[in-house]
Amino acid sequence: MSLTSPPKVSQPPQAPTTSPIKQTKRRRPGDLAANLAAVVVVIIAMFPVYWMINTSFQRGVDIQSDTPNFLPWNATLGNYRKAFEQGDFLSALRNSLTVTLITVVVAIVFALLAAVAVSRFRFRGRTTFIVAVLVVQMIPAEAMVISLFKVLDGWQLVNTVLGLTLVYLVVVLPFTIWTLRGFVAGVPLELEEAAMVDGCSRFQAFTKVTFPLMAPGLVATGTFAFIQAWNEFTFALVLMNKPANQTLPVWLQTFNEGAKGTDWGGVMAGSTLMAIPVIVFFMIVQGRMTEGLVAGAVKG
Amino acid sequence: MSTLPPLAPPQAEKPAAGQGPKKPAGLKALPYALLLPASLVLILVLGYPFGRLFVLSMQKFGLKQQFGAPPDWIGLDNYTGIFQDSQFWVVLARTIGFCAAAVVLTMVLGMLVALLTRRVGRVLRMALIVSLLFAWAMPPLSATVVWQWLFDTRYGLVNWLLSQFGGDFHGHSWLSNPWSFFGVALIIVVWMGIPFVAFTLYAGLTQVPGEVLEAAELDGAGAAQRFRYVILPFLRPVILILTALSVLWDLRVFTQFYVLQKAGGIARDTNVLGVYAYRLAFGENKFDVGAAVAVVMLLITLLFTVFYLRQITRQEEL
Repeated sequence: MSLTSPPKVSQPPQAPTTSPIKQTKRRRPGDLAANLAAVVVVIIAMFPVYWMINTSFQRGVDIQSDTPNFLPWNATLGNYRKAFEQGDFLSALRNSLTVTLITVVVAIVFALLAAVAVSRFRFRGRTTFIVAVLVVQMIPAEAMVISLFKVLDGWQLVNTVLGLTLVYLVVVLPFTIWTLRGFVAGVPLELEEAAMVDGCSRFQAFTKVTFPLMAPGLVATGTFAFIQAWNEFTFALVLMNKPANQTLPVWLQTFNEGAKGTDWGGVMAGSTLMAIPVIVFFMIVQGRMTEGLVAGAVKG
Repeated sequence: MSTLPPLAPPQAEKPAAGQGPKKPAGLKALPYALLLPASLVLILVLGYPFGRLFVLSMQKFGLKQQFGAPPDWIGLDNYTGIFQDSQFWVVLARTIGFCAAAVVLTMVLGMLVALLTRRVGRVLRMALIVSLLFAWAMPPLSATVVWQWLFDTRYGLVNWLLSQFGGDFHGHSWLSNPWSFFGVALIIVVWMGIPFVAFTLYAGLTQVPGEVLEAAELDGAGAAQRFRYVILPFLRPVILILTALSVLWDLRVFTQFYVLQKAGGIARDTNVLGVYAYRLAFGENKFDVGAAVAVVMLLITLLFTVFYLRQITRQEEL
């Protein structure tokens, strides 16, 4: 279900007896309204993104003017320079990258193992595990933050990369297991069996047949886990409370709360820097992920 | 869990075909070994803190305990404490009210956008899909900060725009009044929530059988009737799941409220459960009371999770 490619049944079905001319005549006024509404929706959806980028390239005097500037006529990179110099941008970037990358790699490995177990084996406790994963996925992180802080504090893991990584692992694991389970199950067992008839061991059959077939799914799931960890704000705020340990979202919010009033150019530049990789990744993988998110709800 | 329908067909517990009777004994342990790493992390970093949350909510845990004194067991005192606090009920009502408004708006607007995407021509449809993707892909914090800037008191675009249309909005502060604060928060949450709902419903719409719609049209059903009697029943399972998911997501809003409160909202008048628990624990050092609030939040969530799971298990075999 790739959302970017137009679906096959895109035209509303026409009654065979209705002539095309009559059809267009009847539909024209509604079409105009629909097109106008679509344009309005496009503008509302895009506007904040455009406004963020637009502001990030403007000079302070143009931002703080009585009439807003809809295009950065006097474009400047000064805001980006300010963002780089604000607090410890580079260490925040490094922290974000470290935590996010470790989370993704470990989550993918652990989730793949679990996904293979639940979709290739029938064993006692299998259904329990799957239900547990679904329930865990729904637990609001915001409700867990108090006791997680206490527990990690007891383990001396507050303000450490390991501590935050462990938490992010728990945040992304349920979702990665659930999605990868779908991808593993999507490769027919018969293919593996055929390889085994041809002399492969069970392990080889998996690595040489199933694994390559589900590689795109693996990439998509990993990217989505990346986005989740990269965007996460609540835990990072609580668990990394020293400035040197901040991740990018917390860094941006500190910037935003600046004592001398918000420097909108700088904040928008920082926000753009944080958002661009996510938007790019998101565009690449979204088609595959929508399906996993609704867990097959759209079944005819 | 007893309310759940049977999750798997009866033969699920038996070995699947192909790994039949001649399976060696070592293979029996294999799936458990494969589940071990993920289970271990989930139990240690989620299960254990989950238990600790309940314990913490039944202890006296304040400033004194922060400095090493052992916590006293006080049973349900923290709960009776918050239940007698009118502030808690106000926060709870606010959370539920906000959640309800956000879910209804997200679902209705999401459905309209999905129908619109079906209706318009190729070019506009692509434009709709791409722009919604942008809105969906924005990191929550970036999105919140940009909307904060749009609603800025001095140089915000919204004040300028409304002033152009004759209103006097120069220097109008949206965040200091709790009602307009909630309006801004609602706009952010709904703006971020619509793309997912719209895409999922759109995908569902493409699967509504054309013959049925055609037959309904031949029988004289107008657009509204076709929507009510053909499309809605067909999309019912998707709509139920999306609603449950939206409820679960909108009950736990934190980032938007945290940022907007820092930007000028009055925390006391605008708290919802998530930020309320956070402020109790990390602002006032009342970890015990905060934990009790968090438990209440968890229990409400659980209610909707059970509903969500029932829908999911009706849709597909686990």
